[in-house]
Amino acid sequence: MAAYPRTTEATGVLGWIDERFPLLETWKAHMSEYYAPKNFNVWYYFGVLAMLVLVIQIVSGIFLTMHYKPDAELAFASVEYIMRDVPGGWFIRYMHSTGASAFFIVVYFHMFRGIMYGSYKGKRELVWLIGMALYLALMAEAFMGYMLPWGQMSFWGAQVIINLFQTIPVVGDGLSIWIRGDFVISDPTLNRLFAFHVAAVPLILVALVFVHIVALHTVGSNNPDGVEIKAIKDDKGIPLDGIPFHPYYTVHDIPAIVVFLMAFFAIIFFAPEMGGYFLEHANFEPANPLKTPKHIAPVWYFTPFYTVLRAVTLSPFMGTLAMFGAIIMLFLLPWLDRNPIKSWRYRNTAHMLNLAIFAAVFMILGYLGVKAVTPEYKELGVRMTEIYFLFFAVIFAHSKSENPGRYLIWFLVLAAAIIGIDFWRYNPDDAVSAGQIMWQWVWPIGYLALTLLLPLFLRGCNAEKTVPERVTS
Amino acid sequence: MSNSIRKWIFVLTVPVLVVGILGMMGGGAGHGVTLQSANVNFDDKASLQRGAKYYQNYCSGCHSLRFSRFNRVAKDIGLNAENGFSDDDVTTLLNENLIFIRGEDGKKVKVGSLMKTAYNPKAAAEAFGASVPDLSLVGRSRGADWIYSYLNGFYLDPSRPTGMNNTVFKDVGMPHVLGNLQGWQTLDHNKGDEHHGAPKLSLSKPGSMTGAEYDKLTRDITNFLAYVSEPAQLSRKMYGIFTLLFLMVLFGFAYALSKEYWKDIH
Repeated sequence: MAAYPRTTEATGVLGWIDERFPLLETWKAHMSEYYAPKNFNVWYYFGVLAMLVLVIQIVSGIFLTMHYKPDAELAFASVEYIMRDVPGGWFIRYMHSTGASAFFIVVYFHMFRGIMYGSYKGKRELVWLIGMALYLALMAEAFMGYMLPWGQMSFWGAQVIINLFQTIPVVGDGLSIWIRGDFVISDPTLNRLFAFHVAAVPLILVALVFVHIVALHTVGSNNPDGVEIKAIKDDKGIPLDGIPFHPYYTVHDIPAIVVFLMAFFAIIFFAPEMGGYFLEHANFEPANPLKTPKHIAPVWYFTPFYTVLRAVTLSPFMGTLAMFGAIIMLFLLPWLDRNPIKSWRYRNTAHMLNLAIFAAVFMILGYLGVKAVTPEYKELGVRMTEIYFLFFAVIFAHSKSENPGRYLIWFLVLAAAIIGIDFWRYNPDDAVSAGQIMWQWVWPIGYLALTLLLPLFLRGCNAEKTVPERVTS
Repeated sequence: MSNSIRKWIFVLTVPVLVVGILGMMGGGAGHGVTLQSANVNFDDKASLQRGAKYYQNYCSGCHSLRFSRFNRVAKDIGLNAENGFSDDDVTTLLNENLIFIRGEDGKKVKVGSLMKTAYNPKAAAEAFGASVPDLSLVGRSRGADWIYSYLNGFYLDPSRPTGMNNTVFKDVGMPHVLGNLQGWQTLDHNKGDEHHGAPKLSLSKPGSMTGAEYDKLTRDITNFLAYVSEPAQLSRKMYGIFTLLFLMVLFGFAYALSKEYWKDIH
């Protein structure tokens, strides 16, 4: 039988492998001959940092699994056993708990980078969609992991989240019982969330990271200028503005990784609770199903969406829909932001303000999520939720800048929608809320004025710039 | 508009909006009772040792430290080879001063045992209307300042079954165990209403200790409980310093390597 060996330039062990497995080919395609734009800035470190944190979480998680007991009676004590009796256990546990928060910090920066430079454009929609799926899987992973220490916040946080499924009409009750494996949060719930946390979701995460990168390398990386570097190549077919990922970006990433690790280890060794934000104080009390905490707050990375949930008081199901809707809107960005210019560097000033306000609103939503509800904060939460959703309409409105007159129509329609909701919410019998509605309308209306009326009346704020052919600097 | 101006707009818009809007809302949520600062100091081994002694004598009858072990505590509070105590010395010291509970065989438990309590939780619930909490982690769930304020916050309240109430733990079920030492305080309702400032307490019947002595005792117990909540905190900062020093050196090399490679990219 004739063999068809692969031909390879490599010899020795490498040659032996390369005849049987496309090792060099893969290395070249993804590392030494993958051409990345040469103008990456600091925002481009967060992708590799996210991969680093994933590895930290997997490795520290494996060691934690060796000592942790997924049992409602034993879980809390086993975590304290890790903290006190397992040699170096506290270090592994703090790596994992700090890693969870670090993951969201780098992922939020990574996502915002994508929005700033329009990295979901130019056949990169799938990269964005896979990334969003990763974000969803990460949220599921974090939620399930947070439940495992079986402290008060683990228990009551799980109670809140799983009860969200109960709000679904008709199937809600059955669905939530099916998820819990019991009528209440209890041992079977802990067991199944443990299974998902240590096996199912990590597999999904790793697989998605793999396809995220394959999809990215198929299209090629975007860059701060939003210039397609593959458009201009030299006679060998190499992009003029591209440099091989290895060695240039591999060595370029190491100092950034070291800086990240400095912050990461500073938190682990000097402030592992991070003031109660990375490890919540209330979670150092064992779960007690008979004692509802006065104030249930999720960990900081979920709080923006928690505020959205609390802001929509129409019905619990509508609140749940709004919360998931807030995430789903992000999936749709490639089809909402239809402006052909990718990077905000060359978009109009109104677009840049829109992104800046969106970032600020996301942080305010997050802040409100950890705070107890007062009339002021409740109304502010509603207003910030409104701006959160308006952002997606405004980014659509900014898709075309040639005819600023359209901004006026958008402004009138969106402002009318906000005022309409206010009329419907306004209840003179509830003087406190009514008073809050009467002045806090300035936030969404002010937002619309800044992003839609400003470019209409101040032409300078609507001016887009020519995208250069080659990357700058 | 030039790119640098636009960059500044962005850099300034985000924090100005976040801080500005939240600042305008002016807090909203009212604060709880002001806590007094406990000023814990884990380098003060004498204080930790006194704290362990007081805890075992006054508190451990009801409150367990069920995640903590006697010999680990001994080592961490300075009863160790470094200070000239042999293993036998430590065992003797522990048996004479800190270990009061007995195992099922009727003998004192071993030095490596968890610091549980002999008190039956059901009996406790019947006696005080609430189960007696384990205090291993109270230093993390409530914090050192809270413990210190709590120990100093008992006052006479005839409406309560124990005759006592507490400024930071309203209607607490626990009696004032240290009352004979501190004396008995009354709450002065005229000064400081419930929402503003710390409630004013005054000593109406002195105890066997002076105010300064009792203050020192509560600081020692607080210090000990804060330590017990996370034994690793005694050493982790030292590891942190070495880790950061190493990373700084590594950064120098990594940066130089990157510079060297990138010098031919223009």
